[in-house]
Amino acid sequence: MSEPWEDDELDGPVRKFMYVNRRAPYGTIYALESLEVVLIAAAFEQDVSLVFMDDGVYQIKKGQNTEAIGVKNFSPTYRALEGYDVEKLYVEKESLESRGLTADDLVVPVQVVDRNQLAELMEEQEVILSF
Amino acid sequence: MAIEVNGKSLEVDEEGYLADLNQWEPEVATIMAKEDGTELTDAHWEVINFLREYYEEYQIAPAVRVLTKAIGKKLGKEKGNSKYLYELFPYGPAKQACKYAGLPKPTGCV
Amino acid sequence: MPMLHTVNKSPFERRTLDTALRHAVKGSGVLLIEDAVYAAFEGTVVAEKVRAALGDLKIYVLGPDIAARGMSEKQVIDGLEVVDYGGFVDLVTEYDKVQSWL
Repeated sequence: MSEPWEDDELDGPVRKFMYVNRRAPYGTIYALESLEVVLIAAAFEQDVSLVFMDDGVYQIKKGQNTEAIGVKNFSPTYRALEGYDVEKLYVEKESLESRGLTADDLVVPVQVVDRNQLAELMEEQEVILSF
Repeated sequence: MAIEVNGKSLEVDEEGYLADLNQWEPEVATIMAKEDGTELTDAHWEVINFLREYYEEYQIAPAVRVLTKAIGKKLGKEKGNSKYLYELFPYGPAKQACKYAGLPKPTGCV
Repeated sequence: MPMLHTVNKSPFERRTLDTALRHAVKGSGVLLIEDAVYAAFEGTVVAEKVRAALGDLKIYVLGPDIAARGMSEKQVIDGLEVVDYGGFVDLVTEYDKVQSWL
């Protein structure tokens, strides 16, 4: 039998997973659920990319303070993704613009892509999960 | 379920994780370790304190792979490997150390 | 006083705010809560619609829901009133009745 520290290199296929986030945080549970699933996929060393579009761009808005509504603020967790080797974060340009936001308003560095570029990225994936 | 710490009764879940992380104090770790038959050394505390700082910053307990890498970066290469961490925390570094640090069980990991 | 309408859905995702505005008679109040607070800011594609409604309606927005979402009270459209939970309760008592659009 191998020692426990010897089998933390996971074998098996690495697949391209894209998580598409389209909901605002807090109003519904989608944003938090997506984040948890992303962390699990990343722990299994999959090729993970995230998209924030439509109201999903609000998930990574800077300056969230949930003290008064009594709900956990999970926006700091997006900054942990880099440590999980999740570094492909795409934000749809049109979604930012229609909400009066820019990349400077976001808690993590992202690549801002337009609708057409995003469509191409989606075509490259093996699994797409939408939240 | 509960554990007794400094005369206070602190609620824990069925796996022994602290219910409210704000109730944590160093004694919590010492008492939990004693129940597992472990005497905490400075090397243990380094990891426990690291985990508390990590949680404070990111609001999650890290997966073991992430913990190992981050420990290596912060505390030196010779500590940033699974063997070192498993020797300190034989029940699984993320799981056992997180428990002592008062954090929730890490998502999807040992 | 007439009715207070509360709206809790994002104006970018649902038509709830439009429906509420269409059914609110002159002198009514509209309170934006939860994801509906995203309707309250300058610089968005819905700002003009909200500004236009201010002629006939009073529009309020819940401060704690603004802070939770990292939005800034400074960016709130002129003429809207930010209220806290106490203010929410006051509004409920001031208006004759409340309609919650879900």
